[in-house]
Amino acid sequence: MRVFLTGAAVRAPGLGAWEQALPVLADEVALDPAAMLDLPPPALLSANERRRSGLPVRLALAVCEEASRMAGCAPGALPGIFGSSNGDGAVVHDLLETLAGPDPQVSPTRFHNSVHNAVAGYWSIATGSSAPVTVLGCHDATFAAALLKAASECVAEATPVLLCLYDAPMRLPLGALRTTTIGLSAAFVLAPGPGPSALASLAVAFVADAVVPEPAPVAAALLELWRQNPVGRALVLLEAVARRRSAALAFAYGSGHVAVTVQP
Amino acid sequence: MTPLHLTATTLASALGVGLGATLDALRCERSGLAPCDFEPTPAEPVGIGGHVGRVAGLEEIALPAGLVRYDCRNNRLAWLALQQDGFIEVVQGAIGRHGAGRIAVVLGTSTSGILSAENAYRARDPATGLLPDWFRYDGSYDLFSLSRFVADLLDLTGPAMTVSTACASSARACLDAAHLIASGVVDAAVVGGADSLCRLTLRGFDSLELVSPTRCRPFDAARSGISIGEAAGFALLEREPVARDGVALLGIGASSDGYHMSSPQPDGIGAEQAMRRALHGARLEPGQIDHVNLHGTGTRANDLMEARAVLRVFGTKTPCASTKGWTGHCMGSSGIVEALIAGLCITHDLLPACLGLERQDAEIALDLPQHNRACRIDRVMSNSFGFGGINVSLVLGRAA
Repeated sequence: MRVFLTGAAVRAPGLGAWEQALPVLADEVALDPAAMLDLPPPALLSANERRRSGLPVRLALAVCEEASRMAGCAPGALPGIFGSSNGDGAVVHDLLETLAGPDPQVSPTRFHNSVHNAVAGYWSIATGSSAPVTVLGCHDATFAAALLKAASECVAEATPVLLCLYDAPMRLPLGALRTTTIGLSAAFVLAPGPGPSALASLAVAFVADAVVPEPAPVAAALLELWRQNPVGRALVLLEAVARRRSAALAFAYGSGHVAVTVQP
Repeated sequence: MTPLHLTATTLASALGVGLGATLDALRCERSGLAPCDFEPTPAEPVGIGGHVGRVAGLEEIALPAGLVRYDCRNNRLAWLALQQDGFIEVVQGAIGRHGAGRIAVVLGTSTSGILSAENAYRARDPATGLLPDWFRYDGSYDLFSLSRFVADLLDLTGPAMTVSTACASSARACLDAAHLIASGVVDAAVVGGADSLCRLTLRGFDSLELVSPTRCRPFDAARSGISIGEAAGFALLEREPVARDGVALLGIGASSDGYHMSSPQPDGIGAEQAMRRALHGARLEPGQIDHVNLHGTGTRANDLMEARAVLRVFGTKTPCASTKGWTGHCMGSSGIVEALIAGLCITHDLLPACLGLERQDAEIALDLPQHNRACRIDRVMSNSFGFGGINVSLVLGRAA
C-alpha cells in the first residue's frame, strides 16, 4: 500500500510542537534530557470535559490537532485510527483498587473514562465530529497494528485518515508488569495522494511468518524515550521522516512484521 | 462495499452454546436471562441485583495445555464458542485456500480478562503491594490477549488486532477487517469478539444507575435499564462463498456522536448517520431492509433516541426488535452476537420477538413484535452503539 504522510506531530519529554521537535528528531539539536512533558489542558474541550480528562486525553488531543492542521484538515474532519497499549492505566488502577476494597462503589465518571475508546470519544466531542473512529489495543504490536490498519483504511476508503498513538505512565502494581514510565503520543495524517506538501511517501506492507527484531531509532536519546513507552516505536518512523532520507523500516508484529519504506 | 461471505460462524451466549442451541431458544422464545447469580470468586455474590445473561460452566473449563498462559474467564468463553459449529474445520479449510498468513484476526472486547486483574488486586502482597505470581498481564488482562489467543488456537499468522470501542467493539471489528481485505492486506478475516461478566462492568453500570432491577424490557413504557450478559461470537469473512444459501455482510456504516461520553445524542443523529452509511455501502434503499435489529439496550435514553433515528430512516413499517431481552447486553461482543442471530433469522425465516416488551412506550412508533413471526427475511440492519458516542451499523443479507 502506498500512502502519503501529510501531517505529523509528537509529544514526549523534550519533544513539543513540530518546529521544536523536528530538529531534535533529525538529530540537528540535542534532546534536552531534563525536559518535562509540556502539555497544556486542551483548549478544544469545554471546561467541564477538561476537568474530567486525564493525561491520555491531553497527549492525544495535542498531536491530533497539530497533525490535522499541518495536513490542512479541520480537527475532527478525518476518520480516526487510535492505538494505545495501556489505555488509561491510572483510571483502571483506581477502579481495580476500589473493586478490591471494602466499599466497591465505583465512580460513574471513572467508569466511563475507563473504556479504551474514551480518548477517541473526547476527540470527537472536542471537535464536534461525526467522523468514524476505531481504537486498537495490541500490546507491543500496537504501533505496527495501528499503522497497518490506518494505511489499509486510507487505501480501502480512498480518503485521508488520522492515526493517533498514545500511552501514559502506568502506576504500580500494574506498572511492575508493563513498563511505561513517560507519557508519549504521536499522530500522522495518511492520505491516498501526495497533495501540495507531503512530508514523505510510505509503502506499508504486512509480511507474515518473518520475525524481525524490534526497530530502534538511530539517535540514542530517542531510543531512551522509546524504551519507556510502548508506542514509542512511532519515534522510529518520525526520525526517518525528519531526516529526509530514504529508509526501510520493519516493525515487529506477532510472528511477522510491518515493513515500511519511507521516501522523502 | 464488496459483499463478504460469512463462511463459518459460531457463538456462545446465555441463549445457548452453538448455533443449534441458539436457534432452539429463539424458536421457543426462551430468554437466557436469570436473576444475577454471578460470583467473581466462589461464594462471593456481586450484590447488585437484577438479571444477567450468564454462560454456564465457564468456571470448569480448562484450556488446552499449550494455551494455559491465556487462561481467564474471557478466553475460556472464546474457547467454548470456537469448539462449536465446526468452526475450526472451516478455518482450516480457509488456511488451505489462502495460507495462514493471509487471514487476519480482528476481534472486539471492552474488558478482555479484567476479572483476573480484579482478583489479583484482592490478592496483592500486603508488604509490597505487588500482584500475585499467578497473574498474567499479557496472557489474560491485556486487551490483545483475546486476539492472540484466538490466532494461536486457530494457527493463523496474519495480522491479529483487538478493537476496543466499548459496546460497539465487535461490530467495529467487522469494518476494520473489511478494510484489511479491501486493501489487499489479507484475503480473509476471523472477526467477532468476546466479553464476559466481571465486577467492573456490573458495578460500573450500577454506578450509572443503568441496571434494570427486573429482566430488561427494551422499548417498554416501564423499561428501567439493561441486563448485562456475556458472550463470544466469531465469523470467518471471505470474498467467495464456500456453500450455497449462506449469509453475507453487505454494508457497514460508522459514525461518532461527538456529544457525550456515556449519554447518546438524544435525537439519534449519529445513529442515523451510521445506518445511512451502511445502506449506502450496501447500495440498498431503506425499503429493501426486512428487519432492523436494534441496539435496544432497555435504557430510557438509548431506546428513545434509537427509535427516533430508525423512524427517520425506515418509517413505521419495517419490523424491529432488540435481542437484549434474550441474551442480555453482551457489551463488546453484542455486535457479532446480534449479527449472527440476524444470520439465523435470515436462514430460518424467523422474525424474532422483542422479548421483554409488554406495553410499548407511547413515544415509540416502531413495529416491535412481542412474539416471533415466521416470514422470509432477506436483509437485516443491525445496530451497535457504545460509550464515547460510537455508532456502527451492519447490513447482513442472503448471499446472492
